Amino acid sequence: MFNTIVEKYIMKNEDLYHYLLEIADNSLILGQRLGELTGHGPSLETDIACTNISLDLFGQVRSYFQYAGKIAGDGRTEDDIAMLRKEREYKNVLLVEQPNTDFAYTIARQFLFDVYHLLFLTELEKSKDLNLSAIAKKSIKEVRYHTRFSTDWVKRLGDGTEESHSKIQKAINDLWPYTNELFQVTEPCQAMIKKGVAVDVSQLKTNYYQKIEAVLNEATLKAPDLKYFQKGGKTGIHTEHMGYILSDLQYMQRTYPNMEW
Amino acid sequence: MTLTTNPHIDKDLVPILEQVSDPEIPVLSIMDMGVVRSAIVEGKKVAVEITPTYSGCPAMDVIGDDIKAALKAEGYDATIDLILHPAWTTDWITPRGRKALEDYGIAAPLEAEADKAVLLKGEQIVKCPQCGSTRTKLVSQFGSTACKAQFKCMDCEEPFDYFKCLK
Repeated sequence: MFNTIVEKYIMKNEDLYHYLLEIADNSLILGQRLGELTGHGPSLETDIACTNISLDLFGQVRSYFQYAGKIAGDGRTEDDIAMLRKEREYKNVLLVEQPNTDFAYTIARQFLFDVYHLLFLTELEKSKDLNLSAIAKKSIKEVRYHTRFSTDWVKRLGDGTEESHSKIQKAINDLWPYTNELFQVTEPCQAMIKKGVAVDVSQLKTNYYQKIEAVLNEATLKAPDLKYFQKGGKTGIHTEHMGYILSDLQYMQRTYPNMEW
Repeated sequence: MTLTTNPHIDKDLVPILEQVSDPEIPVLSIMDMGVVRSAIVEGKKVAVEITPTYSGCPAMDVIGDDIKAALKAEGYDATIDLILHPAWTTDWITPRGRKALEDYGIAAPLEAEADKAVLLKGEQIVKCPQCGSTRTKLVSQFGSTACKAQFKCMDCEEPFDYFKCLK
């Protein structure tokens, strides 16, 4: 395996390690969810699209975890970090671990995440950490395509048949409670914001909901009116789905320790 | 910006690196693809920097191994680093590379504006690499690899890949 991390730019820092997990675990778990669709997408094209997006996300995860491994400095590899943590050590948001359910859910989850992801990477590009900024600059080009794909499908389903409309509306309603967590600032994130490394996600919120609602309007869908939201993922407290994802994700490494592809 | 437009590649290495092809698109050399960002000789050692087209591109490991093997055959010992910045863009595909793509049956990337019009508004601009018609239709925004979209020609009715613009 090659190394994408520029040695001289590495900042040794415990908070940075945890912050990297926060970013990368979103892509890892969403990538795993999309990977479940390999050979199971509703049509060949959407199957290929979802798995291609998954591949992009995994590629991004590798860069983040290679960096995290360097920061840990104890010989941990990208594979160790991806496969050998316990549930509470994963810091992804609850949104990305929600099941595929049907195509409307898959698209709604993707759309709600992509819009955030694009806003997030646009800010991360400006990070004082040059390794993070390089990963963001690379990833953002890919995430623009993801966002186009999911936005396009939200409009097609919303403004499509009566059935597709009601299914995507239900998916948006059910996943809405998980959106607010995207803007929660954790302690490691706060520490990194102070150093000019992390993105202050709380500042993205207004713009996010405006963008989401504009698309929903065009798709003849309604944004749910909700006061109470779910959170926990960023501090390691996950929904019941997480254990099942990890048993799939980790099976090979747990069964055949240190196996390589 | 000098790195973006003129990667530093030692002259002696150019013919060797030109022999290494993209494993997904065998007619295209990695030099024409623009993924080699620097190659510097020091005695019998060579330090090569390559950059991925897409983060998850599975071809990068193979490309790295192929570069090592090609240089080894010429007596060089190579180390390969994967760099992410500056990020690869389809602008780095050379005119020769674009022609190789077209000859192989893959439509070369359009400029950013035209690319958007094609992928989002369904405009008929992409030229069919088989018959040259622009009566072409987007089938899927993602094709056989992450870097391509799937198209169909409505005149000769052949399906083909379009290499998406990445800026």
